Amino acid sequence: MRMKGILAATGLILLSSTATYATELTILWAEWDPANYLQELVNDYQKETGVTVKVDTVPWPDFQTKAFTEFNSQGSAYDLVVGDSQWLGAASTGGHYVELTDFVKAHNLTETMAPATMKYYSEYPGGSGHYWSVPLEGDAVGWAYRKDWFEDPTEMANFKAKYGRDLAVPKTLKELVDIAEFFNRPDENRYGAAIYSQSSGDALMMGVENFIFAYGGSLGDFATYKVSGLLNSPASVEGLEDYKKLFGFGPPGWGNAFFAEVNTAIAQGQVAMGMNFFAFFPSLLNEATNPQAKNMGFFANPPGPRGDDFAALGGQGISLVSYSQNKDEAMKFLDWLVKDETQKKWAQLGGYTAAAAILKSDEFQNATPYNKAFYETMFKVRDFWALPEYAELLDEGQQGLYDYVVNGNGTAKETLDKLTTTWVDSLKTAGYAAE
Amino acid sequence: MTNLIATLDPASRAASRGWSDTTIRNVFVIPTVLFLIVFNVFPLLYSLGFSFTDFRASSKAPIHFVGFKNYIDTLADPVIWRTFSTTLWYVIVSVAGQFVVGFGLALLLNRPLPFKGLLTTLLMLPMMLSPVVVGLFWKLIYDPSWGILNYALGLGKMAWLTDAKLALYAVAITDIWMWSPFVMLLSLAGLSAVPKHLYEAASIDRAGKFYTFFRITLPLVAPILLIAVIFRTMEAFKTFDIAFVMTGQPAAELISSRLYKMAFQQWQTGPSSALAYIILIMVLCITNIYVKYLNKAKER
Repeated sequence: MRMKGILAATGLILLSSTATYATELTILWAEWDPANYLQELVNDYQKETGVTVKVDTVPWPDFQTKAFTEFNSQGSAYDLVVGDSQWLGAASTGGHYVELTDFVKAHNLTETMAPATMKYYSEYPGGSGHYWSVPLEGDAVGWAYRKDWFEDPTEMANFKAKYGRDLAVPKTLKELVDIAEFFNRPDENRYGAAIYSQSSGDALMMGVENFIFAYGGSLGDFATYKVSGLLNSPASVEGLEDYKKLFGFGPPGWGNAFFAEVNTAIAQGQVAMGMNFFAFFPSLLNEATNPQAKNMGFFANPPGPRGDDFAALGGQGISLVSYSQNKDEAMKFLDWLVKDETQKKWAQLGGYTAAAAILKSDEFQNATPYNKAFYETMFKVRDFWALPEYAELLDEGQQGLYDYVVNGNGTAKETLDKLTTTWVDSLKTAGYAAE
Repeated sequence: MTNLIATLDPASRAASRGWSDTTIRNVFVIPTVLFLIVFNVFPLLYSLGFSFTDFRASSKAPIHFVGFKNYIDTLADPVIWRTFSTTLWYVIVSVAGQFVVGFGLALLLNRPLPFKGLLTTLLMLPMMLSPVVVGLFWKLIYDPSWGILNYALGLGKMAWLTDAKLALYAVAITDIWMWSPFVMLLSLAGLSAVPKHLYEAASIDRAGKFYTFFRITLPLVAPILLIAVIFRTMEAFKTFDIAFVMTGQPAAELISSRLYKMAFQQWQTGPSSALAYIILIMVLCITNIYVKYLNKAKER
């Protein structure tokens, strides 16, 4: 009798665990606010379908390592991953992502999502028509600024006297550098701008991209692998020179800054302007984390001196992991995720939807002080290389740029010439016909 | 007594005799050896194999045997050499600092002091903390805008962790703060083991403090000091967490950080395995030199 009871209990446990296994999905993402919004969003899916969706998060510095360790071991712990745009090459050619081209076509995502998000979060190789993810968290680099400083009558008069124009949100990056110079007063513990400068990850490269792109330069031709004459073009050099100039108007010891450091400098009232991803702007409006919350204004990355208007892309798409044991269920989840009402709820919760119609709506653009700038930015973004070897290119870029921008060695021209040679060598070693 | 044991059942008789060599082998030695083979020896040999290939763990591309190419490329890479020389200088500064501070504290604590036990415990606190916590803690101390160090020393806005010339020393100071207590602890053990009668004899012979220190104390403590230096050199050579958390300054990049980037951010599994073996060989060489000196010191 006792044996029968044990067997029955074991059977029940096995049955229930099997049932749970079939109705549970796990999503891997980085540890930040949007992941919390996503967990809140997917709770609705659970209510509708009974399928539990868990958002598992990893701190940003470990995110890439954790994801690729899982991929490399072909682990099935995660059904979906919200991966960085640069991962597309490595994850698609490595067989870690399930191709979603049919899904994208069936849901007409190339029409309904902001074009740049499909191009950079989903398509690989570029222009191939092969898609690997659904844009989830649109993001890009924008600017926060101190409205109270900009609107101070004395500051406005002094600025006009010095530069011959009104102190206002900059219309070009050259104007932005001037404003930073104007507010840079180390004796008052007040500085011009907090920008990305960290050598690890992609921080410095993301910051510099804003200037190189907007000054009419480029990181290279992603289709032909031509780097010479593009990365080290006069426009790129000029952009890098001005980025270094702007770095000089940052707080002391500003050589290891990324999103957290920028928001800290703003919250401490140290800087007039701060560069950051839009996803980190909500905390700047929270008085609990930013005493300057009432004084914050936001604007999109301004155009360069010749009117080129671009910004560096952040954000991620959600992809189906090849080793998932719940692919069918995960596809059903994606079906639900791309619905208009789901995307609308996602935006309401604080997520940055990539759905073009929602981005264009007045409701979205007026929902927060930074949504309009976000909308403007998402239609002018450009990204880094998304090749499987992107991490090597990124590391080489970070090292080279850091030596010039932070350590002050060499000139912008020498830096970009050297980086061009390094990238061409690395691309050739990896088997690309680079020049 | 023998008769009493004879009346017990076989299991109780075995227990009364203690564990046999066979039981000890089966319970302790075999699992340990198996554990070491599975988790140490096998990965070591496996990665040795990888070091001769172009394998990338993130790719499903076929693996090719490339001979010593990874070793040659690694040793020809100027970035690797820069990080090696940075690491070597870091080891020298850090271990020398720990030796001086740790041994100095031990000499201080080897005298009669009030609250000596409490003081020793407090001094040992840094090495009980997590290196990541220590790194983050010191990052705040070094902060140019609000850090207490610049304020206390009146150094203005000195950028300790981002200045190419200062960053390495800033990390080394943190490491010295954290690990000097380890050297202190070993030194203290060595100092307390020096026979008191030697000092009494030196005193009778009217030997000066300087002479006593260099002729009695130092030679007798030297073997244990060398052990401390061996441990700290090996650890300093492998430093990763503190430096990784504290600074991103490429001029202060240590070889372990470079290895981490190659292996787990760029997934260059083959070349990173080769680099790991080069580091292993270097650490073994340095350790062997120390051990040689240790044996000489013991013979004296």
